[in-house]
Amino acid sequence: MIVAVASGKGGTGKTTVAASLSWVWDRPVTAVDLDVEEPNLHLFLNPELTGRQTATLEVPVADESKCTYCRACADFCQFKAISVLGSVLLTFPEMCHGCGGCMAVCPEKALSSGVRELGEILWGQADGRIGFFMGRLRVGEAMSPPLMRAVTAKLSELSAADQADVVIDAPPGTSCPAINAVLPSDLILLVTEPTPFGFYDFRLAHEAFRPRQKPMAAIINRAGVGERSIYDYCRSANIPILAEIPFDRRIAEAYSRGRIVAEALPEMTSVFAGLVPRLRQLAAVDAVREEAVHV
Amino acid sequence: MSEIVVISGKGGTGKTSLTAAFAHIAADAIICDLDVDAPDLHLILQPEIDVRENFISGHEAVIDPAACNACGLCMEMCRFGAVSNPPAGYHIDPLKCEGCKVCVQFCPAGAIRFPDRHCGEWFISRTRFGPMVHAQLFPGAENSGRLVALLRKKARDLARESGRSLILSDGAPGIGCPVISSLSGTDFAVLVTEPTPSGLHDLERVAELCRHFRIPTGVIVNKADLNPENTAGIQRWCADGRAEFLAALPYDPAVTEAMVQRQTVTEFSADGLSMDIRHTWRRIVEIGNRKTKSHKATDILKSSV
Repeated sequence: MIVAVASGKGGTGKTTVAASLSWVWDRPVTAVDLDVEEPNLHLFLNPELTGRQTATLEVPVADESKCTYCRACADFCQFKAISVLGSVLLTFPEMCHGCGGCMAVCPEKALSSGVRELGEILWGQADGRIGFFMGRLRVGEAMSPPLMRAVTAKLSELSAADQADVVIDAPPGTSCPAINAVLPSDLILLVTEPTPFGFYDFRLAHEAFRPRQKPMAAIINRAGVGERSIYDYCRSANIPILAEIPFDRRIAEAYSRGRIVAEALPEMTSVFAGLVPRLRQLAAVDAVREEAVHV
Repeated sequence: MSEIVVISGKGGTGKTSLTAAFAHIAADAIICDLDVDAPDLHLILQPEIDVRENFISGHEAVIDPAACNACGLCMEMCRFGAVSNPPAGYHIDPLKCEGCKVCVQFCPAGAIRFPDRHCGEWFISRTRFGPMVHAQLFPGAENSGRLVALLRKKARDLARESGRSLILSDGAPGIGCPVISSLSGTDFAVLVTEPTPSGLHDLERVAELCRHFRIPTGVIVNKADLNPENTAGIQRWCADGRAEFLAALPYDPAVTEAMVQRQTVTEFSADGLSMDIRHTWRRIVEIGNRKTKSHKATDILKSSV
């Protein structure tokens, strides 16, 4: 089973939840940080890293001795990553999305493949029992989805044989990076807080993820502050609220010291341990429903 | 004209609450919400929309099933895994489609259309603190970087037309496409963090990004009392010449209480945290004036204090 921990609004507690869930998981589990712009999960799980790989994107490199300045590549590129000015061919690798179109349309085979570094993929193990993968975007790199895809590809490559469950720590937001992070999951766990900002962004995230037809559930963090609208919304949208994490200074302080909340506070251990079977049940119910539809 | 953007790296550190308070104090800035993906500033500023426009950006590929000869070339050439071949025939997932046109170009049957992509809406509005430029990307849409660039252009146009000299922007979390787009050519970036391992880690990365683009930065540690030791660490990190240290603000429940009332914290209460925020804004203005003195009018920001 793959669970994606997502949110909409940033800072609602995704990493707290992902770290705690991985910590109390009742079967072999791998924690994957797909918030590649600002990965934080490793700061709490403190994994021992055993592997590292640079992730790259294929970008064009021009051989001007072959170029006839026909402009086919420049006219084709949808991202303004290549242009022809008179008899000068310019490439802007930072703008390239790596589609390979320019190389395919060039009639002279004047473009060959080079690379742009997207960032790095790191992997290892936490506490001798929790598998760990993360991506870290190179500072200055604009595109996170290709790195996220590289991380999930590495994960499937290295853990194809094991039957570990996966907990994904997703980036905030509702646009392409957030969607990319929840795509591989069987279930989306939305973490929010009962404030106007938390509620508004929760609704956006719910709308963004709903077309994927995956089961969704919610965790309300900092319960006790703000207002009740999130509870009403979850009820009417049929999103089960699986747990409430109280607004408690001890939790915030534990987090500020880099502690896993489920490890540091015994009452939180049982809250998160209780979540695991519920998540499994929700994902399974949906899998059964899907099977029934296909039959 | 001076542009100040409030960003953080890590989400949920208090960017939007602080930007709203700054907009209140500055009183006559052009206000801009550059978090087009999950915008929240409008929840406090309650803008009245004057201009509403569609944001069209790029294209998406769509297979016409009647024309498709099922050769599979599109699926083979797509680098984004957007083409699938379910029992019902070849299909492109719009959320995975990058809009690169490769499949359109090479489809031997000419079966793939390439319509414009309607990604969201943008607005010019009036608020109680001045004009506001903002947007809402449709859920799951992309090209937020282009939308951010568009909003910044509209904000500059508006500033010129209305004779205003300050653009105050609320940025997105992270360090990717929308954040990069919100930084280029900005005069000063206010980095809001919190005294946690995540806050510090993300601050370091977003500060590096600002250095990359040569944007001067100042740091606010929000909820500083949560971990005084970490706060002191961030202060030392700033003192090493990495950024101006602007302020350490205490955790205050008034922030959430104000939000629930749809008020800025400075409207909600005049003392306590609000005094600290006013003081912080004065620091930003002083530094802004100092940094822009050589090549810009020094009185740009004075009026707003």
